[in-house]
Amino acid sequence: MSALAHYFEQEGLATTTIALVRPHAERIRPPRALWVPFELGRPLGVPNDPAFQRRVLRAALDLLRRPAGPVLEDYPEEAPEEARREEDEGGWACAISFAPPPGDPAAMTLAERFLDEVRQLEPWYGLGLERRGRTTVGASGLTVPEAARYIGAFLGAEPPASPRADIGAGLALKLACEDLRAYYFESALAQPGQGRATSDSISDWFWTETVAGEVFWALKEVCLKSGDPMMVAMGRYILVPRKQMKGVGDNPEFSGGSFGVAPR
Amino acid sequence: MARLERLPDFEREYLLGLPLPEFPTTAWVTPPDLARCRVAIVSTAGLQRRGDAPFAENSADYRVIPGDIGANDLVMSHISVNFDRSGFQQDLNIAFPLDRLKELAAEGVIASVADYHYAFMGATDPRQMESGARHVAGMMKVDQVNAVILVPV
Repeated sequence: MSALAHYFEQEGLATTTIALVRPHAERIRPPRALWVPFELGRPLGVPNDPAFQRRVLRAALDLLRRPAGPVLEDYPEEAPEEARREEDEGGWACAISFAPPPGDPAAMTLAERFLDEVRQLEPWYGLGLERRGRTTVGASGLTVPEAARYIGAFLGAEPPASPRADIGAGLALKLACEDLRAYYFESALAQPGQGRATSDSISDWFWTETVAGEVFWALKEVCLKSGDPMMVAMGRYILVPRKQMKGVGDNPEFSGGSFGVAPR
Repeated sequence: MARLERLPDFEREYLLGLPLPEFPTTAWVTPPDLARCRVAIVSTAGLQRRGDAPFAENSADYRVIPGDIGANDLVMSHISVNFDRSGFQQDLNIAFPLDRLKELAAEGVIASVADYHYAFMGATDPRQMESGARHVAGMMKVDQVNAVILVPV
């Protein structure tokens, strides 16, 4: 992000940058940067808190008044979720309960149990969509059932072909997985008491308590055994978060990998 | 979380070990008074209009986001799995503060909000984005933009 500021400024445009990783801003030295102490993914600090977001935005824009630079300033206010995360770690439990699948669960495949779980979340997902008036599901271009079936098919004997003519099977799988994860998260965020949830607690719920999480862990192994470099990279780095793997991919020495620069 | 001391060792070491571009000098443009600034947002969150081509690994190109985009028309196809998306799922302004910027324009804090904004995908080496960034700069100037806020994810 900070590097782009150099290019824009060289082209004659004044810039101000929000920075999430302070040492990166220190090294790259963009003209004006506001370091914020928020978690990755939340540069404005707090969702659904316009006043908080405005304070952050104003602080970043106010750097445009500085007479000279480079300027790197620290934003002083913490996001309230940080305190809650430390006080209440593990205190949130997803209230969504899943009914046992029809028939004998032991006779069902993992992919079948996954599809059943996806179906059971539909009312919660619908409620969330109605309340927020938007959904972040959809980058894959597939419907949720289509995306779930496509993911599930990778657990079978033969990997399926890409459902889209314009992208390969690996990227389609990545997008389908992110759509499903968004579907689960948006469903969980629609449940009662979601205000106490932290990003970590929702993520832990997904990866440790749902059939979807079980599917994604199984998919990771499928990807690692694939002959497709995109699939292997996905299995190593971009399917399961480092926090859940408790490390960096399958290779602690990883510092570049097939992406040139390792995906953050 | 972006306080490095709060991160697990492996995460901190990973972030600190990422290769970064070097810039021996820092260009500096003095903008007009803030109240006369027309501001565009440039995001590296891999944002796209619903239906646009998704970002892929090593994508160095960009997507155009019109200033009148509907909240339900913006989705994310960033390749990384290592940042929180639940904030964006609840409120797009957490990563793309378009509504907040429009409020500041309505109050006269800034002059106006650009007609178009831009998104890159931040997992790509930023040096590969240079050509796209310079192209975007040209389009922003046509849009009369004189200040840019860059928002990472």
